[in-house]
Amino acid sequence: MTTTPAKDTAVTAAALALGDDALVLSHRLGEWAGNAPVLEEEVALANIALDLLGQARVLLSMAGDEDELAFLREERAFRNLQLVEQPNGDFAHTIARQLFFSAHQYLLYAELAAGDGPFAPLAAKAVKEVDYHRDHARQWTLRLGDGTEESHTRMQRAVDALWRHTGEMFQPVEGIDVDWTGLETAWLEWTTEVLRRATLTVPEGPRTGAWAAGAGRQGLHTEPFGRMLAEMQHLHRSHPGASW
Amino acid sequence: MTHTDWPLWEVFVRSRRGLSHTHAGSLHAPDAELALRNARDLYTRRGEGVSIWVVPSSAITASSPDEKDPFFEPAADKPYRHPTFYEIPEGVQHL
Repeated sequence: MTTTPAKDTAVTAAALALGDDALVLSHRLGEWAGNAPVLEEEVALANIALDLLGQARVLLSMAGDEDELAFLREERAFRNLQLVEQPNGDFAHTIARQLFFSAHQYLLYAELAAGDGPFAPLAAKAVKEVDYHRDHARQWTLRLGDGTEESHTRMQRAVDALWRHTGEMFQPVEGIDVDWTGLETAWLEWTTEVLRRATLTVPEGPRTGAWAAGAGRQGLHTEPFGRMLAEMQHLHRSHPGASW
Repeated sequence: MTHTDWPLWEVFVRSRRGLSHTHAGSLHAPDAELALRNARDLYTRRGEGVSIWVVPSSAITASSPDEKDPFFEPAADKPYRHPTFYEIPEGVQHL
């Protein structure tokens, strides 16, 4: 593969997009530490968060200095999907967010791993981690959806609330050469099957267009993201260069 | 925020091929599938295992402390049962 300056810029942009997805979702999942419904689940969520953090470190390092990128960028400079910055909500919201994102990430990374682009080595390692994240979310979706009346109601509410953020995952990202339409078709098929098995209704709301969300990749984020960033960056900004 | 209604499971982890599963601890989970996953997250996150068993704790029959003497005491003074009367060949591990 030839590396021209234009190509490098595209790779940097793509590394930022994927790295920010992983970093932001990792931080959200980390917010469950000390708050999860049960100890076993807390460790499970923390494990997923740490997997994502590891991916974020590799990806952000491809784009520049990982600490600077994570802790010193303004909100508008982040390129993550709006889906991953959504607050944890109740456990059902966290699971729905994970189900939607991990299913997308699994398909994307599987395709990247099969290619010979700059992300292939990372994707090959990460796809196994993501396969587990996806399974974890699926197991819980099935149990909450097909569980009690209360858990079903909450799971359906979460799926409905986050549905409008799912179209954004398949907007082509510069520097990532995959079949986005094919990914979306495969994602819809897999997700629909899980929701159906969980006795949940696949939302009819729009996934793209004016009423859907989808400008995270352009640096436009939802209101809760600013507060999350403030918490995430506070220590580093207050004590520049601090270490353990 | 209680999970007292989740049953307790005992976790056994095989650390390497060729070794037997060893009791690693216990955890709560609503069913066997999630118990396996919780066990993966709790007991194999540092690469400890190649295989996991989970068993409902209620399925385990344990010896009682009250029976300690009749169960175990008689074995204490029978040194001829210990395989200490031959030399272990060099290079044999895990014996």
